[in-house]
Order: sequence, then C-alpha cells, then structure tokens
Amino acid sequence: MRRGISAAAVAAALALAVSACGGEESPRQAAPASDPAAVSGQVTWWDTSDATNEAPVFQEVLKDFTAKYPKIKVNYVNVPFADAQNKFKTAAQSGSGAPDVLRAEVGWVAEFASLGYLAPLDGTQALDKPEEFLPSPAGSGKYAGKTYAVPQVTDTLGLLYNKELLKKAGHDAPPKTFAELKQTALDVKTKAGADGLALNVDAYFLLPFIYGEGGDLLDVAGKKITVAAPASLAGVKVVEDLIASGAAAKPAIQDSYTNAETAFKEGKVAMIFNGPWSNTDNLGGAVFKDKPHDFGIAPVPAGSAKAGSPTGGHDYAVYAGSGDLDASYLFVRYMASAETQARIAGKLGLLPTRRPAYTLPEAQANPMIAKWQEPMAAAVERPWIPEGGQLFQPLLEGYQKLAAGQRPAEPMLKDVAKAYQGLLKGWSL
Amino acid sequence: MTTQVVDAAAPGPGARGRRPRARGGTRHWYAWAMCAPVVIVTLVLVGYPLARGVYLSLTDATEANMGRTIGMNTIPSTYEFVGLSNYAGIVTSAEFLTRLGWTVTWTVVCVALHYGLGLGLAMLLNRPLRLRSLYRVLLVLPWAVPAFVSAFVWRYLLNGEFGVVNAMLRAAGLGGVDWLDDPLWAKVSVIAVNVWLGVPFMMLALLGGLQAIPRELYEAAEVDGATPWRRFRHITLPGLRPVAGTVVLLGTIWTFNQFPVIYLVTRGGPGGSSEILVTYAYRQAFEGIRNYSGSAAWGVLILALLVVMAVVYRRALRTRGEAW
Repeated sequence: MRRGISAAAVAAALALAVSACGGEESPRQAAPASDPAAVSGQVTWWDTSDATNEAPVFQEVLKDFTAKYPKIKVNYVNVPFADAQNKFKTAAQSGSGAPDVLRAEVGWVAEFASLGYLAPLDGTQALDKPEEFLPSPAGSGKYAGKTYAVPQVTDTLGLLYNKELLKKAGHDAPPKTFAELKQTALDVKTKAGADGLALNVDAYFLLPFIYGEGGDLLDVAGKKITVAAPASLAGVKVVEDLIASGAAAKPAIQDSYTNAETAFKEGKVAMIFNGPWSNTDNLGGAVFKDKPHDFGIAPVPAGSAKAGSPTGGHDYAVYAGSGDLDASYLFVRYMASAETQARIAGKLGLLPTRRPAYTLPEAQANPMIAKWQEPMAAAVERPWIPEGGQLFQPLLEGYQKLAAGQRPAEPMLKDVAKAYQGLLKGWSL
Repeated sequence: MTTQVVDAAAPGPGARGRRPRARGGTRHWYAWAMCAPVVIVTLVLVGYPLARGVYLSLTDATEANMGRTIGMNTIPSTYEFVGLSNYAGIVTSAEFLTRLGWTVTWTVVCVALHYGLGLGLAMLLNRPLRLRSLYRVLLVLPWAVPAFVSAFVWRYLLNGEFGVVNAMLRAAGLGGVDWLDDPLWAKVSVIAVNVWLGVPFMMLALLGGLQAIPRELYEAAEVDGATPWRRFRHITLPGLRPVAGTVVLLGTIWTFNQFPVIYLVTRGGPGGSSEILVTYAYRQAFEGIRNYSGSAAWGVLILALLVVMAVVYRRALRTRGEAW
C-alpha cells in the first residue's frame, strides 16, 4: 500500500528533509585562483559520453590534467546519458551527491540554470577566451544574460549514406532535397536490394524535416507555439509521405535509434539521419569496417525553405553547491581548451566548439572533422529556454502515433501544440 | 445545564470504563514502550511522506518554486496552497479516463491470468510427479530475476526487427509481429511479460494453500463418487479461499502499480498507448521541471482508488463468510 503514494511525493518529501540539513560547508580554497598550479581539491566529474567508444579517450585526457595539476584529484564517474539529467536534478536539489562538474547536453543548461543548480561562470577561471567559441554552442551555455556552461562539443544531424548502395541504385551523389531523398530511397529499394531510408522515430530526428520547410517548434521572440503552423505541418507531411510511399522502411518505434543504426551498419539500409557521435560506431560496423570510404556524410536534405538540422552537443557545467569551485573552474578551463578539444576531435571525430581547435593538426588529422563541416553549416539554434527539455516528449508521442499510422500529421501536431500550451504559460498559438 | 445532563448520563458506564483503562496503562507500560520504536519508525517512514504528499497535492509546488539555497544561488519559496484544483484538473482531463480504463483492463487481465495459470501449475505440482522439485525451481525462476532485468530481456526478445521471437516466427515461415510497435500488440506484450513475472508468486502461494487442504476431504468425496470437477469446485476452490482472497488483493495492488514492466518494456508507447496511471504520473513528475504537486495529486488519487478497491473487496469477502 505504501507504494500507492507516488514516488515523486516521497522523493519530494525526502528531498526537502535532506535539503533542510544539507548545504555542505565549503572548505576554504587552498590558494587564490591567481596561481592555478597551487589550487588543490577534489573534482567529481560526471561524464555522459558513450562508455565503450568515447569514455576511454576522456579518461586519457584526465590523466594529463592530473599531471599538470597534481594537487587536484579528479573522481571520474561515467553516467549513462539517458539517466544523467534526472540523476543530476535529484542530487542537486537534495544537496548531496551532485558532481562538481557535469557534462550536460546543450538543452539541459537553461533548465538547470533557471533552477539555481549551476554556478555562473563569467569572470571565473572556467571561462577562457569566450570569443573563440562558435556562436550557436556558446548560446546554449547562456541563460538570462549570464554564462552557465562552457561548450565541449557541438554536433548536428547529417545524412549518413552508404556510397556503394547508392551507386548500385544509380546515384553518385547523396540527395540534396526531400524530393531527391524520396526518389533515391525508392531507387535503392528497387535496384540495390536494400531499404532506402531508415527513420528514427524520435522528436529530435523529426526536426530536420520541420526546419526544412521553414517551420519550428516555437517562435521564442514572439512567444508563439509554431509546432502546428503550416510550415511545420508541411515538414511532418514529408515524413508521412516517405513512410506511406515506402521510400522509408517501416520504422521501428521502440528502440528506433538502435534499429536504424544497426540496419545502416549492416548494410540493410542505404541512408539514415544521425550525428557525429555515431562516427566510431558506424565505422566499426560490418559494412564500413574494411571499406571506410563507403561511409558518406552529407548535410540533411533541404525542403522548400532550406536545409536545417538541430544544434546539439554537450557543455561543461559547474554545480553551484560544489565544495571546490576553484578546482572545478580550472578543470573546466582545461577540458574546454582548444588543445583538449582538438585532441578529442582527433581521437573520436567529435566537433570542437572553439574555432582555433579546427586549425590544430590533431583535429585535422581526423577526416571526419572536415566531413562534418558542411552539415554543421546547416545547424539551427534551438530554443534555449528552461522548458526546452520538455518539448520532446509530446512530439515523440505524436511522431510514434504518426509512424504507427494511428494519427495523421495535422491532428497529431495540433495535439502537440495543445500539450505545449500546458507547458508554456502565456504563449500563444 | 448541558454539563449536568452529560454528567448525569455518564456516571455509570463512564466510571466503570475509565478505571480499568487507567490501571492497564500503568501496569502494561512496558508494552507501550516496546511498541514505541515501531510506531515512531512507521510514522517517520510512512506517515510523514504520506502527509507531506497529501499536503503537496494541495499546492502548486514544482521544482522551480520550492525554495532552496545551493552555493551562491538562493531561490525563494513561492508555491501556494491551491486547494483541490490539481485533482479537478486531473479528473476532468481526457487523459485520466483513458489511462484509468487501460489500467483497470491491464490489472484485471493480468490478475485473472496470474490466478488461473498459477492455480493450474500449483495443481500440477501438488500431485506426485517425477522431478517435481526441478519443475518447482524452474517455475519460480522468473520471480527470482529482478523485474527490471526481465523487462530489459523481454524488450530485446520482442524487438521487431532484430528480436529473437520474430526471428523464430520468421524461421517457421510466419511473418514477424510488431510486438512493441503496434498499440494492441504492445498491450498484449506487456501483459505477457507481467504474467510471466507474476505467475510464480501465485503458484507458490496457491500451492501452499492446496497443501493445507486436508487429504481426507478428497478421499471422502471420492468414496462418495464425486467427479474430479466436483471435487475441484466443492473442495479445492473453497479450501483455497483464505489464501486466494489475500493473494488476489495483493496481486491487484501490485499489478495496478506495476511500474517497471510498462516503463521499461514499452516506455508507455507507442504513442502513450500502454501507459498506466503510475507510469503516466511518473512522467508528469520527472520530465523537465518536476511537477511535485501534480504528481502528488496523481499519487493520492491512485492510493484512493486502491483503498476503495481494497475496502470493497474485503467487504465482499466478508459477506461470503470469510474472515480475512
């Protein structure tokens, strides 16, 4: 019977009880920030990168950090990306167990900052040469005029394609428009013995279609919900048509991402939308392992308005309740430096957020970095608002209904707009 | 005037009632002292969160307006008492009735299958049988595996494209089924997984019940020439009633709130079609800026539904002559 009380109520009550006696005393910093090498302390870092493919590289970088700052001890914790947001919020609010530094997805920063969980970084050691950052990732770290996070990597979605399958279907170049995407996919299906396009039924992966037709989820400046506006609807109708016409294989709804990715890696489908984080995964797959030059990367196809895909990526954020703020700032400064970014880019093909990092030889050595430049040019800035993270669930449910053939595009988007009205007080349709 | 009336009416029974109680209090003080730790712990662990949850459900508290100080950031508490408006909002939402309908269907189907299959297996295991203990171990296995592990395994087995179940169907020349991607099949799938998880408990409980029924009853019935069906109807089922009443009630409560199966197997999808009340309430609470008041209201509503159900059920059992 006890379980009848919602977990949330219990959590809230416990959180309150704990926070009442929480708020750890911050130990005095060992040295003023002016002498970085003398700063001592402990930094717990929650890394949300892929534990098998990416984490080893970050751990290597950590070793160099501790060599440079021997008095700072770094506790490395790899937290699965999917759990990190909730885990951090629970820990941050209860005042115990939160890390000093978090690798936060760009969409989380405004929410965390609005809730008071993050330390402002302007004028601290953490924010080094802010003018070097690319504008869109830098925008994700700002909230209400202050900087709360330093960009780590940036990314966007591109069209990943199998050159060999496209060639078999008679196409030497990847499709540039939605119409070409449909035609190419149908040709692959009839001539190359594989599926043309695998869709990932996920709200984020629907955005390139919406942006392509000139739509968006929100008009932040005008405080308007535009997810059901004609331009957005046109974009979703493109998806509807891709599924109905058979150009896109019948999409999996559960584990959609993994299924699309697996089908692509195994040569069962010629094209998918995905980001640079999947480089390592793709190149390790059955078809590209021995023939990496068959792995093609192109910008997402354009609709009637433009080619556009969402800006993603990750930032370093410092927990406001950290006991060792100075050490945490230094840690962020080191991890976000152009040299470190170039190193990670060289090893993993993740895109740096600082302009100078792209000119360093380590980054240039990875062919993926150059290949992603063109798709990155189509990156569209997302609404960096505290409610940003909540926009995806209603759209995901809608997309699932659309893909399962339960609800056509128009009423589906109207449902989503209605859900957004509940989330965003005072916004108009 | 009034006091006089009360005094006049009260003296006899009042005085008689009061004296032994006072004496008992002093004589058995140690009994109270020994109960105290349990009472206090229960109050702290059950009573406080429950009261706090009910209170929160009457406010508009969210993660954003509950006060806190973290390092250099101080956020003042600005949430307010809003009475029953959270409840009104939930009960009038279209979502509530749809979710409630599916939750009730899910609970009834699951518990019926748990009970039916559990009873069948218990009766099989209750007769002399070779390798009986091996069967028993195998049948209890699903219960021994943590629910979340089972849920993940099933999610993998039921994957439409790469799952084992569809691979077997295809190998047998049949087409694959969209186990988790089609609203109806997703519901069938979560019910199947939950039945798989819940049958062992029912089986064990009912096996215990079966073994408590005196053998002589069956022997006497056999002598009287009763058919197996009559023996089952008139000895087994009534004999099981004390156990069955309890396990069905427990099973109903557990199934009604069976969070991990739904949340991990289908994530409530596709398109929210397999979402039950608890998973929906969780989503309300933990997606984005947490809505403590809203989810507390959902929690209290779920609790209230279960309390009503339990009371009605107990009453029904009692009228049939069962002291539960």
